Amino acid sequence: MAAAARPGPGVEELVLLEKLLGLPKGSKYGVQGERKVPVLQTNNGPGLTGIMTIAGYLVKQAKKEQLLGSTAEEKAIVQQWLEYRVTQVDGSSSKEDTRIILKDLNIHLEDKVYLAGNIFTLADILMYYGLHHVMVDLTVQEKEKYLNVSRWFNHIQHYPGVRQHLSNVVFIKNRLYTNAH
Amino acid sequence: MPSPRCPQDGAGGSGDRCSREIRVRACSRRALRAAMRLRLPVRGPAALKVLAAAAAAAAPVELQWGSPARERAPPGPGAAPTLELESGALLFSPNAICQFFFLRRGDASTDLGTQWLEWEATELQPAATTALYGRLVLGRTMAEAVGVLREPLTHMEQSLARTGTAFLTGEAPSVADVVVWGTLFPVLQEESSVPAELPALRTWFRTMTLSDPCRAAADTVLVPTALSELTSHLRQQPGPRGAGAGAGAGSGSPAPSPASPPEDEGSERVLTEAEIAAATDAWARGAAALPKPWRPQTPVLPVEGMRNILITSALPYVNNVPHLGNIIGCVLSADTFARYCRLRNWNTLYVCGTDEYGTATETRAVQEGLTPREVCDKYHRIHGDIYAWFGISFDYFGRTTTPKQTIIAQDIFRRLLARGFLLQDTVEQLRCQLCCRFLADRFVEGTCPMCGYGEARGDQCDKCGKLINAVELKSPQCKLCKGVPTVNPTEHLFLDLPKLQQPLEQWLELSWASGHWTPNARHITRSWLREGLRPRCITRDLQWGTPVPLDGFRDKVFYVWFDAPIGYLSITANYTDQWERWWKNPEQVELYNFMAKDNVPFHSVIFPCSLLGADDNYTLVNHLIATEYLNYEDGKFSKSRGVGVFGDMAMDTGIPADVWRFYLLYLRPEGQDSSFCWSDLMLKNNAELLNNLGNFINRAGMFVCKFFGGTVPSMVLAPEDKRLLARVTLELHQYHQLLERVRIRDALRCILSISRHGNQYIQVNEPWKRIKGGEEDRQRAGTVTGVAVNMASLLAVMLQPYMPSISSAIQGQLRIPPDCFVLTHTFTCTLPHGHRVGTVSPLFQKLEPERIEALRKRFGGGQAKQTPPAPQPPPAPQPPQQELAIATGNSPEVLAPHGKQQ
Repeated sequence: MAAAARPGPGVEELVLLEKLLGLPKGSKYGVQGERKVPVLQTNNGPGLTGIMTIAGYLVKQAKKEQLLGSTAEEKAIVQQWLEYRVTQVDGSSSKEDTRIILKDLNIHLEDKVYLAGNIFTLADILMYYGLHHVMVDLTVQEKEKYLNVSRWFNHIQHYPGVRQHLSNVVFIKNRLYTNAH
Repeated sequence: MPSPRCPQDGAGGSGDRCSREIRVRACSRRALRAAMRLRLPVRGPAALKVLAAAAAAAAPVELQWGSPARERAPPGPGAAPTLELESGALLFSPNAICQFFFLRRGDASTDLGTQWLEWEATELQPAATTALYGRLVLGRTMAEAVGVLREPLTHMEQSLARTGTAFLTGEAPSVADVVVWGTLFPVLQEESSVPAELPALRTWFRTMTLSDPCRAAADTVLVPTALSELTSHLRQQPGPRGAGAGAGAGSGSPAPSPASPPEDEGSERVLTEAEIAAATDAWARGAAALPKPWRPQTPVLPVEGMRNILITSALPYVNNVPHLGNIIGCVLSADTFARYCRLRNWNTLYVCGTDEYGTATETRAVQEGLTPREVCDKYHRIHGDIYAWFGISFDYFGRTTTPKQTIIAQDIFRRLLARGFLLQDTVEQLRCQLCCRFLADRFVEGTCPMCGYGEARGDQCDKCGKLINAVELKSPQCKLCKGVPTVNPTEHLFLDLPKLQQPLEQWLELSWASGHWTPNARHITRSWLREGLRPRCITRDLQWGTPVPLDGFRDKVFYVWFDAPIGYLSITANYTDQWERWWKNPEQVELYNFMAKDNVPFHSVIFPCSLLGADDNYTLVNHLIATEYLNYEDGKFSKSRGVGVFGDMAMDTGIPADVWRFYLLYLRPEGQDSSFCWSDLMLKNNAELLNNLGNFINRAGMFVCKFFGGTVPSMVLAPEDKRLLARVTLELHQYHQLLERVRIRDALRCILSISRHGNQYIQVNEPWKRIKGGEEDRQRAGTVTGVAVNMASLLAVMLQPYMPSISSAIQGQLRIPPDCFVLTHTFTCTLPHGHRVGTVSPLFQKLEPERIEALRKRFGGGQAKQTPPAPQPPPAPQPPQQELAIATGNSPEVLAPHGKQQ
């Protein structure tokens, strides 16, 4: 099953999440398979596999269930964006994939503060961690092109406790490319 | 003809036929308010799981097929289903939609459940997409597809085996099961595609596939026309990432996991030693161990100590020729079940008849220049001939226009009156002074009060679709004489349903707890009760009907919905004077009502209320079996334009009645609407009847004739043969289990499955080669031939409810003793060593594409709109064993079994 090998990026982000949630350190992680899927050893049973699953578990451990949404609707929306994160964002390899993701998100965030609407959820946290390496590399023009994503990302990275050691991505307040869309 | 539409008159007061009473549009409008909009662009795996989840969690969704408007296009991969939530938010992930349905119902999400969903999205789906792409676009074999899925399938097997639970997250199905099943089913389609060394997975897959929500979803999504929509969709996609190699997980050569069971323990693992021993025992007991077939006296009457089964099918309305939808929805389903009951030695009476009173008969009489009686006589005969041709085994096929009907209906009426269940009220109605008659809905036209359309009918406006109360029409005109009708008040009697609601609910609770009611029947009934019952008018100003025996109402007759179900009783009374032993005997009699779903409220609410109110110890329905609708190809089913197949035309196609029966039962709309499709009929005939069933039975018989001079050889059972006996027994058990729950269509699959096992058995053992070998080989050839011909004999019996003529043809060819025509739970040797068979000949004929194409054109299916006479052959031959096909195009027009035709 899970080899206790070098932790992959998934594990790193789960450790960040633990810290954000204020959970004690010391969870035992492993990874599994070609894709280095994180596995969390638990006291009972075979452990939990997968970022979505483990992140959800950690949130419940920290008694911050509101991060998973409170109504059935919110919960489903949070699940949807977590799934989007692990299938689309994590699966993206080409420039074109990235462009599509940013375009999707930009449309989605046009009339929303957070991914799930007006509430801050686990989906925002994991999407932030998943997109950080993408946002770091964007040009000023691209950031302006994906204006809603930039606004959202900037908001999340300033959310207390989220960013931690990750670099701050700089966004310019004044628009430079007025006709860009 | 009067058609009072008064406010007190229940939910659907205007139609003059039972079936029309249900205001389909009104109902769907009502449902619409509460429903979430679910859009399914492609009939693919995502649509499958989402529909299954909606059904499993009873989520009210309004379905829309086709692509969304551009501005609402969801992110993520194209062609994803979308669910518009009440808040206006959009879900586009199939898994999240599924999960939402379950959350909404109150199922909490669990870590284990989330883990399966995540696994499904990240591991299983990429592999399944590769497999499906391989199957549909690249034409790969099932074995290759399963190879691609090997790793995830093994993972599931290990998990199911480790936890020992029936489902992925525990002992009850959860959203995880539905989601995973929805991804696997389009690839695997059949339980037999799951490798035999994964027994826990096989069982799980079978359980899921047979569950109502999954079956219903599969029927909707994987409709039997063509795979082309999904194939062309997949073809447009870039193709799964790295199709062929390393797509996420599972593709490429499977690395055998150390925990997976060794291959060679293989295919027979699901059978236990005990099962094999029991099957071998049963086999050896032979025909002597079978119970004697029950041959009831005529007339059939309930027998103390026996299971007494009374079966009715909804009374077809006399003025129309029944079409395929009527036939499968009512008489054919009931017939198949009745035949099954008789084979089980249950004391069975099956009655039906034509429903003959009402305005439509009067109208038809005017049109044809006949009296209503002459019209009824004429069409009663037409109905009788059609059903006889289809081999419907009524014990009695009667009619409602008989003196017995008058006696019994009036008796029930008087009892209701005496017990205070009837009310009197005034109804405003349009009356044409010139024609001297009240004008029923369709006999008045005028201007729609809602939209101003000039040719609105008395019951509904064709322009705006709104339901109209005839007296509200502006400038109404009599349709016959163009005279101006006046509004006249007339007195009518009403059945006081509110007073009967409570006893009805008490009785329903009992009937539902102990009987088999199809989910749609329960659902429709529940929604009627939820709305609260209202008094319903039971009288009309007509001549052609049962007269109302009460002063002040002598010129009126009973409204057909009150009158027609009483036909079941009066028809039985015409069959036997002792009819009350069936109909006033709930202690001894079990009543099964068969119908299409539009007739449910009359059988579950209104008629039971009449009988409960009349309070004479009537036999009330125990099992209410309602089908959904059968659609016709992708064009409109229309009598006037000659599109579609009606009972009398089926006779002229040259296709034998039993093939019609087979195909209609094969796609019986159980759980979901299904559609009749000519090319699918051809496919099923050629693949299932000819190549599978017919081929097996014919070969088994031919071997006896050719190699053993027509005498069944001696048999020495090897372990392999015993395992086959056990496998056949399992299928037989499944067949019984399904038919006992009136899952007629599913049980047919067991028959086909047995003959598939038989074909395989013959193929592997090659008796035609061994017969030329040494002593041992010749013995082996004998055993295989003997076992095979006995399987054919069992199939003849199991097939009898479905294809009676074919069954009796097999009986004749193999000379099966009549006493073997009885069904038990065991497979026994009915044709022992030394039994002489008769002359064996092929049972089925191949249907050629040209012939089917000609029939399709003749009956107007397909409308030839998308295919001008260009030489386009009918759908490409499907890969062998392809049981399901995937739909093209939009939802076809519903062919309501009793409904109005355009």
